Amino acid sequence: MTALLECQRVEFAYAPREVGAGAFAIRDLSFDVRAGETFGVIGPNASGKTTLVRLLSKVLEPSEGRILLEGEDLSGLSRPALARRVAVVTQDVPRGFPHTVEELVLMGRFSRSPRRFFESADDRVAARRAMEAVGVMELRGALLDRLSGGERQRAMLARALAQEPRLLVLDEPTAYLDLRYQAELAGLLRRLGREAHLTIVLVSHDLGFAAELSDRLLLMAGGTGVRIGPPEAVIDEALLEAAYGCRVIVDKHPISRRPTVHLIYPGGDNR
Amino acid sequence: MTPPGPMSGARLAALLVGLGLVVTLAALGALFVGSASVPPGDVLAVLSGRVKGVDQVVVLSLRLPRILAALLAGGALAVAGAGFQALSRNPLAEPSVLGVSSGAAFGVIVAQVFGLGSGLVEAVGLAACAFAGALVAGVAVYLIASRAGGLPVHTLLLAGVIISLFFSSAITVLISIVDFDRLGGVVHWLLGNLGPIAPTRLVVFAVAAATGFWLVLGPARALNLLALGEESALQLGVDAEGLKRRIFAGAALLTSAAVAFVGPIGFVGLIVPQIVRMLLGSDNRVVIPAAMLGGGAFLLLADTLARNVIAPAELSVGVITAFCGTPFFIYLLRSRTGDPRL
Repeated sequence: MTALLECQRVEFAYAPREVGAGAFAIRDLSFDVRAGETFGVIGPNASGKTTLVRLLSKVLEPSEGRILLEGEDLSGLSRPALARRVAVVTQDVPRGFPHTVEELVLMGRFSRSPRRFFESADDRVAARRAMEAVGVMELRGALLDRLSGGERQRAMLARALAQEPRLLVLDEPTAYLDLRYQAELAGLLRRLGREAHLTIVLVSHDLGFAAELSDRLLLMAGGTGVRIGPPEAVIDEALLEAAYGCRVIVDKHPISRRPTVHLIYPGGDNR
Repeated sequence: MTPPGPMSGARLAALLVGLGLVVTLAALGALFVGSASVPPGDVLAVLSGRVKGVDQVVVLSLRLPRILAALLAGGALAVAGAGFQALSRNPLAEPSVLGVSSGAAFGVIVAQVFGLGSGLVEAVGLAACAFAGALVAGVAVYLIASRAGGLPVHTLLLAGVIISLFFSSAITVLISIVDFDRLGGVVHWLLGNLGPIAPTRLVVFAVAAATGFWLVLGPARALNLLALGEESALQLGVDAEGLKRRIFAGAALLTSAAVAFVGPIGFVGLIVPQIVRMLLGSDNRVVIPAAMLGGGAFLLLADTLARNVIAPAELSVGVITAFCGTPFFIYLLRSRTGDPRL
């Protein structure tokens, strides 16, 4: 498999006044994402995961090193050109967002023809397809504000699919989802990977979710990569304990045989 | 209320033709109303070119330019409001609330103090000075209010109040030190005055308003994406910095044109876009042209009231819009309590 995305010795630091919630530097980060794989990024708070998402979508630019997409440096791509290839699903839409699901999904078509005033018939067809793929067709006339967390997440995913990207970047997709919606999302992402051959970068706090869905994992700590490899190699007790600073037990999921992580709650291990 | 399905060119065209008809009828109606009693038959005769004399002067030289000025100013202020609101993602942002109107008014007074000659030079000079004042005030408000991650509503409004106060005081200073005769109509103008307007001024006003309207309406589709937040807009392919500068310049130009030629009339940019959004949804491709037509109709109505409610004396039109706008502003402010951005 060839590399769709390559990060080469990427460095980034926020200006001192910009340091705020979730902002952290990236140091000497190198990895590649192969075409068609699901690549999980895990790590403790402030390990640089969200900064990495911003770098991959050119909201921020590396101070050193390069990020290549299909061999092209991101710095040389215009915003619409990048948005046609990389779609990002962030944690949530702003409250009070005044548009319907269909209007949101059509926003994903902007980069296809930024100079058009109205979306074309092709754009409408693509939006419809995206809404069908994630099952929000019947919600298309509903305002985003009126939806549950899971429905909103699916609508955001439909918007990303309407971009018809090569690479889908998901930033904490399970953050607001209960178990049922997590299961739904897992099924959906598997289907997109297998059937639509989408390359997915999955940034997640949820180690079990990431291990279950990812072909390979990147564990980040302190703004740099600690280990890259298949889930069995990265979900390792000593490695996680060092990165997160707490004690864990790694086990295997009884059905999928993928690694799962149990936290040892302080004071609870003598019971 | 949400329109059924997304907007298309055909639906927008139908909507605008409908609104345009309403505005045209209102404008025609206003030709028949005024303190000088011209019988309806005579107005029609003047319009068909059969009557000259006093009636012709009243209808064509007094009422018609005033109606056109009301349509232009109302449309300009409403579109400026819609632009500032989309830019700051805040429905309370409006040229007078943000202090941009005061900045423009200061520019106009400075221009009048130094004198700009007459005719076309004066009209263009007034608009240019107003534009400079509007830009200074707008940038100052932005610098005071911006925080990492956005423009909090309360900070933005307070910054607007402070800048507004500053420029109002500066205007008072200028008026006090300059011979009052040279600034004769200034008090009336400061309250918003759709009095007689010279054809040259009307033409400059129309050109400036059309330019501002083009600046704000052109990127309306990208402007919709800004409602997702700047980061998401960037990720969807929007050049957010360029977009913000263009909308800001357009809204400031619209504000300054209105201020230069009819005075700093408040609240049109607050009331009209809000009502348009309540009726037609939040798609800026609809809101902006509908606000232009609706703003024109609203100011025309307000001015017709101002002319006739205590006739033969006249109220300033700004008084009417402020009486409508204040309760509206309070309602919007109260109904947004609990919003995380407050």
